[in-house]
Amino acid sequence: MTGIESKYTVEGNFEECLKCTVCTAYCPVLEVRMDYPGPKAAGPDSERYRLKSPEFFDKTLKYCLNCKRCETACPSGVRIGDIIQAARIKYDRQRPRLRDRMLAETDIMGRAASFMAPLANPVLKNGIAKTALHVLGIDRHRSFPAYSHGTFASYLRKIQDCQKRFDRHVAYFHGCYVNYNFPELGKDFVRIMNAVGYGVLPLERQKCCGVAKIANNLIGRARHDAEINLSAIRKAVIEGLEVISTSSTCAFTIRDEYPHLLGLENADVRDHLLLATVFLARKAENGEIKLVFRDGYRKRVAYHAPCHLRRLGWEAYTLSLLRMIPGLELVRMPAECCGMAGTYGFKRENYYSSQKIGRKLVSAIMESGVEAVVTDCETCKWQIEMNTGMEVVNPVSVMADALDFEATAAANENIGKLIENKL
Amino acid sequence: MSDIFDRQYDVIVVGGGATGAGTARDCAKRGLRTLLVERFDFTAGATGRNHGLLHSGARYAVTDVESAGECIRENMTLRRIASHCVEGTGGLFVTLPEDDLSYKDTFISACRSAGIEAQEIDPDYAKTIEPALNKEITSALTVPDGAVDPFRLTISNVVDAQLHGASVLTYHEVIDFIRKGERIEGIVVRSTLAGRSGGLLYDKEIRGRIVVNASGIWIHGLSQKMGLGVNMFPAKGALLVFGHRVNNIVINRCRKPSDADILVPGDTISLIGTTSSRISFDQCDNLEVTKEEVDILLRGGAELAPLLAKTRILRAYAGVRPLVADDSDPTGRKISRGIVCLDHAERDGLEGLVTITGGKLMTYRLMAEIATDTVCHKLGVDSECTTATDPLPGSSGTRESEIEKRVFPMQPDSNVLAAKERHGSMLPEEKIDSGDDADLVCECEKVSVGEIRFAFDSLYAGNLLNLRRRTRLGMGTCQGGLCVSRAASILASRKGGEAAVADMKEFLQERWKGMIPVGWGRTLAEADFSSWIYRGVCGLSSTEGTAGAENIEN
Repeated sequence: MTGIESKYTVEGNFEECLKCTVCTAYCPVLEVRMDYPGPKAAGPDSERYRLKSPEFFDKTLKYCLNCKRCETACPSGVRIGDIIQAARIKYDRQRPRLRDRMLAETDIMGRAASFMAPLANPVLKNGIAKTALHVLGIDRHRSFPAYSHGTFASYLRKIQDCQKRFDRHVAYFHGCYVNYNFPELGKDFVRIMNAVGYGVLPLERQKCCGVAKIANNLIGRARHDAEINLSAIRKAVIEGLEVISTSSTCAFTIRDEYPHLLGLENADVRDHLLLATVFLARKAENGEIKLVFRDGYRKRVAYHAPCHLRRLGWEAYTLSLLRMIPGLELVRMPAECCGMAGTYGFKRENYYSSQKIGRKLVSAIMESGVEAVVTDCETCKWQIEMNTGMEVVNPVSVMADALDFEATAAANENIGKLIENKL
Repeated sequence: MSDIFDRQYDVIVVGGGATGAGTARDCAKRGLRTLLVERFDFTAGATGRNHGLLHSGARYAVTDVESAGECIRENMTLRRIASHCVEGTGGLFVTLPEDDLSYKDTFISACRSAGIEAQEIDPDYAKTIEPALNKEITSALTVPDGAVDPFRLTISNVVDAQLHGASVLTYHEVIDFIRKGERIEGIVVRSTLAGRSGGLLYDKEIRGRIVVNASGIWIHGLSQKMGLGVNMFPAKGALLVFGHRVNNIVINRCRKPSDADILVPGDTISLIGTTSSRISFDQCDNLEVTKEEVDILLRGGAELAPLLAKTRILRAYAGVRPLVADDSDPTGRKISRGIVCLDHAERDGLEGLVTITGGKLMTYRLMAEIATDTVCHKLGVDSECTTATDPLPGSSGTRESEIEKRVFPMQPDSNVLAAKERHGSMLPEEKIDSGDDADLVCECEKVSVGEIRFAFDSLYAGNLLNLRRRTRLGMGTCQGGLCVSRAASILASRKGGEAAVADMKEFLQERWKGMIPVGWGRTLAEADFSSWIYRGVCGLSSTEGTAGAENIEN
């Protein structure tokens, strides 16, 4: 038989659905919004109707968080979240609002704000500005994360000479948050990699991974950025580099959303795009690198696994890496969604849903009696920080805090370079 | 109920298919005191077991120009009077490389003489408007085909008949006729619900001046009871239902009519059909689809739309074409084309009986008109037929205005729209969008509690199988696996728990019967899943008490 094409069907397809409804039990939105049909209804069920006529597209599909918990739960491998997002891309005729563009254009906003950070940060915290943003549709309860004066990308360029001296290298997909808001995380990553013997190189070019643009239906812009990212990643992989990210959502978007929602083939590079914790845990477990921790490091933290990390199946790596730290007492939080979902929680119409979804996680954290919370995703971090007032850190920063850098470098026979580089 | 048996009727119509319902409607609209009798449920016979194709007539143009002409005229009529039952998808006739390309020209000129607009289009353009098409096609023609829902169409006719004063009696089989010499004066009916859901066995006489036999293939047996020779030839046709719409335009194969050469998008699914094989009369009540038929259909389907080879098949089913012998042929072996209306007074000297058969679902209204004309003539009633111009219940109002902006929507717009498409203007939105009426029963087909209640109250649904035919309950991907128990709980509040459970078993058994011939892949997994729920979790046994009367009708 020739000419078989899955023209109408999403790959991994809605027809696999047995209607068992497990996905619906795992949907965080359904618990808080009566008007959301739920993953099974919005995904595989309604897809049959949408194939009949686009009239059957429901506007309420925009309430999907795209957390992919439905997919993680599905025993039949139906890509429910993808079906919903693909339907929004295909059928939603409502154009993104100015507010949606502001939230989604992380590069434009980030570049401008980080250039003017000393000015931008107080302005964004100002009541008048918040009211103005509220009118635009960004909820007044939310604060933008502070912007850093100067980007991480420029820092990484500055240290390239010494990074190149290492024998082994990785490329770093730092993403927008590290670049514009929190270069400290990127710097922690570089220090750890250097200690275990890897130099950190920038990608030739990099744009936002596109998660926010996909969520806000700016698909043309998302694809444009994604193509730039993919070609840079491809170039790095051809040179034999692994490409590392410190954000679970960036990694998830590039690995899964690019082929599933943007139609960009990435099978040749997908396995080389890893989260930092995955890379380190794998290397440490098979003895390729050695990690030596500070004596006297003592901390009790809660660990929240972001939904996208769980969808990638990588929670185990982060956990196993953190468990290598002798002084770290890890309290695992229940597998609940924080409710933030990137730009979702910033939107005025979603604020209360977002808060309600996060309630279970927040109270579990409050009851756990920990000093800090660890999570792999920056937007989970914002939500938890806002609701608990606690410090929320990336596992990479926990590692950086706990690691004895000199001893680690020595153990990896790498001490010479470290001194040489004055790192 | 006893009232129904005691009344005196002008006309008793036997058979609750499209033709019978249409005849009852026409008779009632012309002021006749009418009774419609059906052995089981409406649409349980050939009406509910076909393609649901709104024929343009093009398929018959080459071999039978008269039928083709009837088809296209009725096609246009149905679009007007039954807008909520009809979807004007358009149709394509395509030639594949192995087909004779010259047939196309014969076809076009035949269509022209039948008055069917057949337009040749560029094959590449055809592939753009219907992406599911086989890429190898060498020619393509458009015709005004469409999809028609025979369940809705029939019920709409019944509702209208009753609005005009007709009585309706389902689950009663005609076991004999009241005969005085050379005159039929009525019928004897027997309840077919006996032994099921506490139904009692009884026979009743019903008197009417004229009996119209519109019972399709069962005309044969009923005629024999009166010593009349109306020879029918049962021809079985099998079809496959696919899990979703693969095509949005009807795809026909441009060649001499053969097996598996029509692919119809019907509501949320696509249908490939049919096969054709002669069967005996005792097989008519228990049709099974064979492995060979499934093979023929799948192969033929994949030739039209290759995607079908990879698409989940929901079920297989078969119907009986009620072909009738041509009276002009002395051997009785030649099959009549077109509509056959027999006034047995003229034909056999038996007064008070009219038989109507031989047409198609497409021409049901015309058949009804012809039969009613005959009845009126015999009764000396002078009345015009209005069924070609008056819209059916549900089809008044335009489609655009159907979904309004709701202030506090309880259901997503798509759910309301789906119900609206099924019942048109018959179903007010508030019936499915407030309180627990807004809860979904069948999630695959978006059937809500309110719609189920509406079907019970207004569409002659008394059991779960009726509900399926009225609402699409259990016709979707899970084949009732998740919804039948919910529907049964609504039924239980009306008929009691025991009856509801018995009904539920029957429903599941019927769904399973359709899944067996295509029991592989996800279809098998789905059946397995249903079995875990009902046998494993609910402890429902498959052996006890399922052999109800209606098993025959499935």
